Amino acid sequence: MNNHIWRPLYVVLALVAVILLVRAVYVPKDFGVHGGEGYMYGWYREGNVQEWKEWPSNYRTQSYCAECHFDQTEALVAAGHAAIQCENCHGPALDHPNEPAVLTIDRGRDQCLRCHARLPYPGSDRKHLPGIEPDQHNPGMACVDCHNPHNPSLEDM
Amino acid sequence: MKRRDFLKGTAIAVAGASVPLAALDWIDAREAFAARDDLRWIFLVDTHKCVGCGFCVKACKYENNIPQETNATRTWVERYVMTRDGQVHADSPRGANEGFISRAIDRGTAGPLEIADEDITQAFFVPKLCNQCDLPSCVQVCPVGATYKTPDGVVLVDRTWCIGCGYCVMGCPYGVRFFHPIEHVAEKCNFCYHRIHRGESTACATACPFGARKIGNLRDPDDPVTKVVMTQRVGVLKDAFGTKPQVYYLGLNMEVR
Repeated sequence: MNNHIWRPLYVVLALVAVILLVRAVYVPKDFGVHGGEGYMYGWYREGNVQEWKEWPSNYRTQSYCAECHFDQTEALVAAGHAAIQCENCHGPALDHPNEPAVLTIDRGRDQCLRCHARLPYPGSDRKHLPGIEPDQHNPGMACVDCHNPHNPSLEDM
Repeated sequence: MKRRDFLKGTAIAVAGASVPLAALDWIDAREAFAARDDLRWIFLVDTHKCVGCGFCVKACKYENNIPQETNATRTWVERYVMTRDGQVHADSPRGANEGFISRAIDRGTAGPLEIADEDITQAFFVPKLCNQCDLPSCVQVCPVGATYKTPDGVVLVDRTWCIGCGYCVMGCPYGVRFFHPIEHVAEKCNFCYHRIHRGESTACATACPFGARKIGNLRDPDDPVTKVVMTQRVGVLKDAFGTKPQVYYLGLNMEVR
């Protein structure tokens, strides 16, 4: 047969070969259908599951803080704020104490109003929390000026 | 037909017809209890216990490196306020990242709405997060296999594989997907997959001072969360979409969408 018929065919075959070669190099070996749920839900790169498992935990919880600051955590547990994690106000403990600067303490008024702005909502436990009217109870002042956040009751201080 | 049989049949028919439709509307968690693996992560949210402090949102953003100042968030808290005139007011200012510190309902550009306490018939907070559906529509529509369901039931996003087409953002009926403001790939809650596999709780459940959020294993009959899901009146969001969400709610109202 004539050359002008074969030549485009060679080009197409070469193109297909290149695409398959690139695919073989570029697509990871563990990419494919996994699990019993077939293509629709089980089509993924399996190594990514392990990658997500290795993500660091930024939040280290009260027990991690208690390893060094047991005096503070003991006081906290004895008082009304035992359920509040240290890191809710002090920031995530990852890299602390190796990088001491990473902890940013939130002493703002709004931080306390999250729970203690009075919202008497029927249907929610919010109505049982001790609450203030933010525009009547010392507006503009920081709560921590009078209340110790680790032991917030003024009588116990 | 004997008179005895006729009376028996009538009694059964009457008893069957008198079962209220609402009784059949309950979520049967046993359906999801397929006997194949020993691990299936589920989540339990108690809307009575939630006080709208938003510590969960703050903790989630810290844990998963999402800037606090952006509106992008893996989890958020909604406030529902029902009034005497039958209206439902819902808001979630900035995802409740700073909590609910005022009575006024946030209506965006329409300005805040003040509601008198005596006009409120019912009000509560509903935390939202990815439902880690059994039949996730976001996974179904992903054209490149970047979002997928792990064998233990958590839907993950492969950040190196996502092309940012946004199909999953559109495909999710719950609106829990968005683009990561730094990574620029599709983002979602993944039940803190890294934490739960080390035996830790999720960041949001850890930060919650009131125990309104809990993670559990549906395949473990002794798991406290599973016990609640199996024995109490729990609900799921948008059951009619058929995606079989695995975040269960205690005290869920029809008004919550």
